[in-house]
Amino acid sequence: MIDRLKQIKLLTVEKIAELTDFDSLNDLKVKTLGRKGEITMLLRGLKDLIGEERVEAGKVANEIKNTLENLIDRKTIELKTKELEMKLKDERIDISLPGLPLQVGRKHPISMVTEQIKDIFIGMGFSVAEGPEIESDYYNFEALNVPRDHPARDMQDTFYISEEILLRTHTSPVQVRTMERLAPQIPVKIIIPGKVYRKDDDATHSPMFNQVEGLLIDERITFANLKGTLMLFAQKIFGEEVRVRYRPSFFPFTEPSAEMDISCVHCQGQGCRVCSHTGWLEILGAGMVNPRVLQYGGYDPEKVTGFAFGMGIERIAMLKYGINDLRLFFDNDKRFLTQF
Amino acid sequence: MGVSINWLKDYVNFTWTSQEVAHRLTMAGIAIDGVEKRADDSILELDLTPNRGDCLGVINLAREIAALNGTDISIPKIEMQENQEDVHDYISVEIADPDLCPRYTARMVKNIKIKPSPEWLQNKLLSCGINPINNIVDVTNFVMMESNQPLHAFDYDLLGEAKKIVVRRAMAGEKITTLDDVERELEADMLLITDNGRPVAIAGTMGGQNTEITDHTVNVLLESACFKGTSIRKTSKKLALRSDSSIRFEKGSDINGLIYAVNRAAALMQELGEGEVVAGICDCYPDPQPLPQVVLRPERVNYLLGISLSPAQITDYIEKLKFKWHEEEGNLLVTIPSYRPDIEMEVDLIEEVARLHGYEQIPATLPCGDTTQGGLTAYQKFKDRLKQLMTGTCYEIINYSFITPRYFDMLLLPSESNLRNIVRVANPLSEEQSVMRTLLLPGILDTVSRNLARKNSNLAFFEMGSVFYPQGEGLPVETLKLGAVVAGKLEMNWLKQEIDMDFYYLKGVLENLLCSLGIDHLMWVEANDQCYHPGRSAIVKSNDKILGIIGEIHPLVRQNFDIKPRACAFELDVDTLYELSHQRVMMEQITRYPAVERDLAIVVDEQVKAFDAIEVIRERGGELLQNTVVFDIYSGEQVPKGCKSMAIKMTFQSSERTLTESEVNTRIDEIMMGLKAKIQASLR
Repeated sequence: MIDRLKQIKLLTVEKIAELTDFDSLNDLKVKTLGRKGEITMLLRGLKDLIGEERVEAGKVANEIKNTLENLIDRKTIELKTKELEMKLKDERIDISLPGLPLQVGRKHPISMVTEQIKDIFIGMGFSVAEGPEIESDYYNFEALNVPRDHPARDMQDTFYISEEILLRTHTSPVQVRTMERLAPQIPVKIIIPGKVYRKDDDATHSPMFNQVEGLLIDERITFANLKGTLMLFAQKIFGEEVRVRYRPSFFPFTEPSAEMDISCVHCQGQGCRVCSHTGWLEILGAGMVNPRVLQYGGYDPEKVTGFAFGMGIERIAMLKYGINDLRLFFDNDKRFLTQF
Repeated sequence: MGVSINWLKDYVNFTWTSQEVAHRLTMAGIAIDGVEKRADDSILELDLTPNRGDCLGVINLAREIAALNGTDISIPKIEMQENQEDVHDYISVEIADPDLCPRYTARMVKNIKIKPSPEWLQNKLLSCGINPINNIVDVTNFVMMESNQPLHAFDYDLLGEAKKIVVRRAMAGEKITTLDDVERELEADMLLITDNGRPVAIAGTMGGQNTEITDHTVNVLLESACFKGTSIRKTSKKLALRSDSSIRFEKGSDINGLIYAVNRAAALMQELGEGEVVAGICDCYPDPQPLPQVVLRPERVNYLLGISLSPAQITDYIEKLKFKWHEEEGNLLVTIPSYRPDIEMEVDLIEEVARLHGYEQIPATLPCGDTTQGGLTAYQKFKDRLKQLMTGTCYEIINYSFITPRYFDMLLLPSESNLRNIVRVANPLSEEQSVMRTLLLPGILDTVSRNLARKNSNLAFFEMGSVFYPQGEGLPVETLKLGAVVAGKLEMNWLKQEIDMDFYYLKGVLENLLCSLGIDHLMWVEANDQCYHPGRSAIVKSNDKILGIIGEIHPLVRQNFDIKPRACAFELDVDTLYELSHQRVMMEQITRYPAVERDLAIVVDEQVKAFDAIEVIRERGGELLQNTVVFDIYSGEQVPKGCKSMAIKMTFQSSERTLTESEVNTRIDEIMMGLKAKIQASLR
C-alpha cells in the first residue's frame, strides 16, 4: 500500500507540474484527494491493515496527502497569478492618448498676471482696493494735483462723459478715495488693480487697458523703501537675476518721481530688438506721494510720507509671455486664450 | 524735438560723446529718446516730461549739462547800437487782462533789409527741423530755440495809426486770419493782441496775416511777452492750433528771460538785416513779482530719500544748479530762477538734489513699519473664486467696456428697453466705441462671431466685467456681471463622446456654479427676453431674488451677429450671487439607516414641466423624501400623442430608523394622488 501511495504521489506531482489551467487542476484534485479520489479510496483500506504497517501506512498517507494539498494550493496561486497577468496584459491601453478633458477653460492672461502681482504684494502686507471705472474729474485729476488746463493732462488723453465725469485714465483715483476713507489712520498699504481708459489706439496703445497701482503711506516711508519694495517685486515676477534701474521722471501726483526699467528679459541686458538695443525695458512709474496729494487725501505731509507706483498689466504680460501684439489681449481669439 | 550737440557746445563745455550726454541727461530726468548721427554733428531727440518745458531752449538744456559736469555756461553777450530815438514814441502797450498776460515787452527795429539768413543761422534752424524763411522770421525762431522765449514780429507799418498795442480777451465772434491763412472765429476768454480795436495776433499762439512780415517789410515791431500757460493751452486746444510758441507758453515761460530774448533778437536783426534799433524797451509789467524762494531742510532731504547727505553735499548740488541760496535758521532758503517755474515746493528741490546725486546712489531698503496682514476682502475672494469656477468649463475673455449703439438693435431690444438707457462717451474714438455697455451679451456674441469667422469652433467663453447705467448728473451706477456663452460641441477628441453644448449643458454649468457657491432654492422661470429663444430661456431665481438670465440666443439675434450654429448664454449679477452665496458651517450627520429608492414612471401632457412634477412630489413626499431626480423623458409610440412619459427616482431615508416597506408605499400613494390631481398624471 505504501508503494502504491508513493507511486500515486510521484504521478500526481508530475501531473501538477505539467498542468496549465484551473479545470485540470480541479479534476486532478478531485481524482486524487476528492471523496472518491485515489488516495481517499486507498486510505479507506487502512482499516484492513494491522499494527506497525497500519501506523506506518497511515503516516505516509497523511504526509503524501499534505504534500499534494500544498502543491495543489501553490499551483492554484501560481495559476491565479498567471491568469491575472494575462488579464492585465489583455487590458493594456495606449497611455499616450489624452485623458478626458474635464477642465476645459483657462483664465485670461491679464487675470493671471494680475493675480500674480496681487499675490506678491499681499505677501508684503498689502491689501487690495477697488473703485469705479467712471470717475469724477476731481478724483481722477484735481485731487491728484493735475489741475484743469495743466499740460500734464496731455500725458493721459481722456474720454469724457461730461465736463465733470470721465473714464478713469489710471487707477490712481482709488488712492484718493482710500485715503479719504482711512485718514488719519496709518498705514495705508494698498494695491489697486483695474481697467483704465485712454484715448489712444495704435499698435502700442489700447483705448482700454489694465493697471495695478500701489500706495504705501506711513511714518518714515522713504524713496529707498520704494526702491527696495519694487526691487523685490521685480525679482518675484521676472526672476531673481533681473536687474533694475531708476530714472527721474515726472508725474503730478509724486515728487520725486521715477521710472523703473528692468534688464531686458529677452537678451538679459545685452541689447536686442525688444529693448531697442538699450538693454533696458521701462515697466513702471513711481515716486514719493506729492504732499499736495497727501493733503487732498486728508493726511499731514509733515507727519507721514508715502510712495506710489503704477504699471500696465498688459506690458508685464507681454514681457512674461513674449506676446508681441497688444491687440491680442482684447481680440479673444480661442487660439490665443487656450495657450495660458 | 531735436537738439544739436554743436549748438549746445556754443554755451557749455563738455567732452562727453553724444551717447554719454544722452545717457547722463536721461539718468538725470531729461529723457533722450535717441541720438541721430549727422556728418559733423549729432542730434539729441528730446522726450521731455511736461514739467521741464524749459529744456526746449538750448541754453536751458546747456544748464543741465553744466550742472551734471560741474561747469558754467556762457550766454552770448548782446552787442548792438541803439539809435537816439525812444521806443515809446513809436509804440505804447496796454495790458487790459494782466491775469492772462503779466508782462509784455516790445522793441523797434527800423529800416531792415529783408533777405535770406546767413548759412550758420540757416544750419542751426535746420538742425532742429525748422525751415529758414528770411532773416527776420529766422531770428525770431532762432532766439526762441535758444532761449525758449517765443517772439513775434509785426510789420510796424501795417499797424493802425494809433500805434498802440492792447492785450485783451477776445469778444465772442471776433475773427482773425492767422499766418497759416485760416480765418478763425474767436471765443470770449481767448487772449488777443489788438491794435486799434482789431486783432493782430492770437496771443502766444499765432500772429495775424494783417501784420505779417513780408519781403516789403521795412520796420519791425518785436514782441516778447509772458502769457498764462493755462489760457494759451485752452485757446490752442479749442482752435486745434498748436505752434512752437503755444507749446512753450503752455509749459510755463520765463517772465524775466523775455528781456534777454527781445534784446538778443534786436541785436541779431541789426547784425543780419542792417536794421536800426530804436533805443529802449517798451516794458509793460504792471505787477512785478520777486523771484520765489523755497525753504529746503537738509534733514528733510535725508528723511524723504532715505539717505544721509551732509548739508555741504546738499548745498553743493544746489550750487551746481546755479540757484542762489542762503542759510536761515539752519535751513537753506533757495531762490528759484524764473526759468525753472516747475520748482514750487520743497519736494521739488529734493528731487533736484536726488537726480543730481543719482537715483542709483540711493539704497534699496524695505519699509520697516508695523507688519500688516494684507490680503483680500471676502468679496474680492468671492470674485476670484467665481472666475476660478468658471474656468472649469469656459475660457475667460475681456471685451472693451464701450460698445457701438448698433448692438442694441442687433439684440432686438425694444426702444423702451432700460438697457438702451446708456452712458455715452462725449469724445469717442469712433462710433463703434461710443457708449458704455449695459450688458455683457453683445461683446460676448461678437467674440463668438469673430472666432467662428476664423474657423475656431466649439466655443465656451466667460467674461466678468462692469456694465454701466446712468444716474442723473452723478457718477453712473457700475454693476459687475458674469456672462458666459457656449456654441458647438464639448470636444472629446478620440473618445468620440461628443456632447452638444446646448441649453442643458450651459444650465449644468450654471447649476454646478451655483451649487459650489452654496446658492440654493433655485427657480427657473420662463423668460420673455428679446435676445433669447422664447421657448428656451429662463430667468434664474434664488429665494425670490433674480440672479440673471440663461437661454439659447434668438435665431434672429444670431443672424445679426453672423453666428450660424446655435449658441447659449447666461448673464448673472455678481453682487446678487455674492449676497446669496453661503458656505456650509456645520456638518449634517450621516445617517446609519439605509435609504429606499423608488422609481415612478408617469404619463403627463407634453406641456407639463419636470419642475411641476417635482414640486408636487416634494410637497407630498413628506420629511422622509430626501431626493428627487428626473432620469428619463420619453415621448413617442409608447405613450399617447401629445403626452410624454417622465421617469422619476425618489430617495427616502430617515436618520432615526430603518424605513418599512409600507410607510414608503404610503408616501408613494400620496405622491401619486397628488400627481393625478395637480398635473393629471397617470401611471405608465
